[in-house]
Amino acid sequence: MDVLPIFASLRKHRIPTLLIVMEIALACAVLCNAVFMISRRIGDIHLPNAIAEQEITTIKLRGTDPKLVTSDIPRNLAALRNIAGVQAAAIASTVPLSHQNWGWSFGLTQASSVTDQNNTNVTLYFLGEGADKTFGLQLREGRFFNATEYADSTVGNAALPTTHVVIVNETVAKQLWPGQSALGKTIYSGPNYFTVVGVVADVLRPFVSTQNEQKSYYATFYPMAPDPALGYYILRSAPADRDRIMKEAVQKLQEINPAAVATGVTYESMRDQYFANTSSMVWTLTLVCAVMLAVTAFGIVGLTSFWVGQRRRQIGIRRAVGATRGDILRYFRTENFLLSTVGVIIGMGMAFAINLYLMQHYELSRMPWYYLPGGAIALWLLGQFAVMGPAMRAAAVPPVVATHSA
Amino acid sequence: MLAYYFDLALRSLKRNRALTALMVLAIALGIGASMTTLTVLHVLSGDPLPGRSGSIYYPQLDPQDMKDYTPGVEPPEQLTWTDGMYLLRAKRATRQALMTGGMVPLQSAQSSIDPFQAAALYTTADFFPMFGVPFKYGNGWGAGEDGSKARVVVITSDLNDKLFGGKNSIGQILRLKEAAFRIVGVLGDWHPNPHFYEWYMGSYASDEDVYLPLSASRDLLMEHDGSTECWGNSGGDQSHLETVNCTWLQFWVQLDSPARVAAYNDFLQHYSQDQHAMGRFMRPPNVRLRTMMQWLDHIKVVPSDTRLQTWLALGFLAVCLINTVGLMLAKFMRRAGELGVRRALGASQRALFGQLLMESGVIGIAGGLGGLLLALLGLWLVRQQPADYAKLAHMDITMLSATFVLAVGASLLAGLLPAWRACRIAPALQLKGN
Repeated sequence: MDVLPIFASLRKHRIPTLLIVMEIALACAVLCNAVFMISRRIGDIHLPNAIAEQEITTIKLRGTDPKLVTSDIPRNLAALRNIAGVQAAAIASTVPLSHQNWGWSFGLTQASSVTDQNNTNVTLYFLGEGADKTFGLQLREGRFFNATEYADSTVGNAALPTTHVVIVNETVAKQLWPGQSALGKTIYSGPNYFTVVGVVADVLRPFVSTQNEQKSYYATFYPMAPDPALGYYILRSAPADRDRIMKEAVQKLQEINPAAVATGVTYESMRDQYFANTSSMVWTLTLVCAVMLAVTAFGIVGLTSFWVGQRRRQIGIRRAVGATRGDILRYFRTENFLLSTVGVIIGMGMAFAINLYLMQHYELSRMPWYYLPGGAIALWLLGQFAVMGPAMRAAAVPPVVATHSA
Repeated sequence: MLAYYFDLALRSLKRNRALTALMVLAIALGIGASMTTLTVLHVLSGDPLPGRSGSIYYPQLDPQDMKDYTPGVEPPEQLTWTDGMYLLRAKRATRQALMTGGMVPLQSAQSSIDPFQAAALYTTADFFPMFGVPFKYGNGWGAGEDGSKARVVVITSDLNDKLFGGKNSIGQILRLKEAAFRIVGVLGDWHPNPHFYEWYMGSYASDEDVYLPLSASRDLLMEHDGSTECWGNSGGDQSHLETVNCTWLQFWVQLDSPARVAAYNDFLQHYSQDQHAMGRFMRPPNVRLRTMMQWLDHIKVVPSDTRLQTWLALGFLAVCLINTVGLMLAKFMRRAGELGVRRALGASQRALFGQLLMESGVIGIAGGLGGLLLALLGLWLVRQQPADYAKLAHMDITMLSATFVLAVGASLLAGLLPAWRACRIAPALQLKGN
């Protein structure tokens, strides 16, 4: 197809041509960056978490007497296990995505000081006996804690527990001892040391890092006897029983601990709540993108329609001198393809520049290269789709129009 | 004359209804979606204390040891008890308040309401006058109550509604962590956004339920939530927070003139120097004195996600405006012939300008109105989201006018160029071309 007549015609409409190219370029740039952001946020929302999320209910009990925990916690657990449908019950210091973080930094040698910058900051999960099964932790290597280890560990008012064993997340094991088995290795902080007895599939921390996905999994687990640091009761049940069990458990704990306050939530809704802002942002951005593509399509439809209307006589003449309907159709589609091509080339450059700017100012990561051609193809298709209607109308102009005077 | 132009505009627009509707829709969609996103940002980056924030400052000191010290390093975000109490008692600013937040079990005298966890702010007397907190009943407490660890409490009007049915509850007793507190004040309508003074609780989360003296909260060892940063061998043991090497308190001051700001900065420097000389501060003086807005920016209280969305919204608005201009141009360029005829019949250039601007103005206003409706719909959708800032997303009058100015302005601009070009052509040439 000869493109020269198209260029000649576009030169006559410089301003509208320029505008449509700019519109496509901007739309391409915004689209690439928006889709990139959306995909990152969706990745956050779906971060895997190796616990039985669908089967867990948590009850937080606050305001209990710290002096009575050794008798209160076993009594409360026994009461919770009596609720119909509860498969397992245990207590822990915190749960993933609860925002309640107990963190500490560890070194890999006995000499590492408490504030050494090379230390790795990790979350400390203190587990009461049975919490491994209640959470549904998945053992990858080694073993879970034994009864003696549970009974011998407390934390009281200190920062670190008295035990010397630890279970770590897979990510922590890989990060601290790359290429080796973590079993038997030790982490240190001042006089405290903990030897790895087990490695579990990755469990999220109480908060996730939006900058570095790896760091969202820097968590370690310690055994613990009844202790004031433990405040989250964890219940495991069939998903259908969760709501009823939550109500009964809150009622029961409130009954036997009248001075304290019990609040219950299913783990699923805790996770939803944690990511509520993120998912609201994903929806907003998706909607804005859809509207923007629609507007761009409207622009192409509108502009092409005007051009078709303006050139009715010329189209008629071309038809009269032998051009087929297909030729006319092809003319408008080629014209749109040329405009889109220029637009997306500029747009890809802009998208890249915006990404560079955002990387510098908002710690955004580099956009993978395939977003650029992806955005370009989307706008090409959108252009071809939008131009179909007006082009069909142009093709329908009968040759006899050529004989009409303007 | 205007009525005639209006009539002409309507006729011209009616000639091609589908395309007119398309143009109006394009403007409306663009304005609506970008206004929704921009309003959300406007709400989020707003000044929490309009008219007052300019004289509120956030002092920082650096009491840490030499570990990881480099010159110019950022001091901790909060103060230790020792430094906080010293600055508070020094009273070098017009007003000053020390504070931290926590959750405290609350039981009301009425047995009908179950005990629950109340969000509390432990603070000092100046908190209320410094931030201009309005009271519905009663008042805050004074320095005397701070000193005597008095069991007094100020509650929000929401809590007052919940516990006392909105009646004047001054003098009533609340049990907080098993201790009896006397209500001395009920707040009026006060919801600073962002929640600038206790950002660890979630910057856009709802306000606390109760305010009580910091001294009383320590007396009862009430739970302190939020961040506790320690160095050396200190741990964040809740019961000895007064003596450990941990920062856990926020301190705000009111400074009314540049001279006082400079003087306060000197005071912080001298205090740090003295502490350094005494050997308590290992680091050389390292202080900051930021205004409230600088501080909010520093701690990145405005979610960077929202900033990114704004960039995208502006890009999107640009797409829509270009789109409008393009469509208008295409439409008006076709009318050269018609305009030539009008010129030849004696219409002045001004008259043609008026006619074309009226036509583009009509599209602009229709698009603006549609955009406004869409923006209201968009904000309603945002409010349905469970996000914690969603409740605040309301259209304000500035945004409302911006919507209109943008819509009408863009379409008038789009009308100007074709009008100017059409008017420049000599009528004879125009007629001859046909």
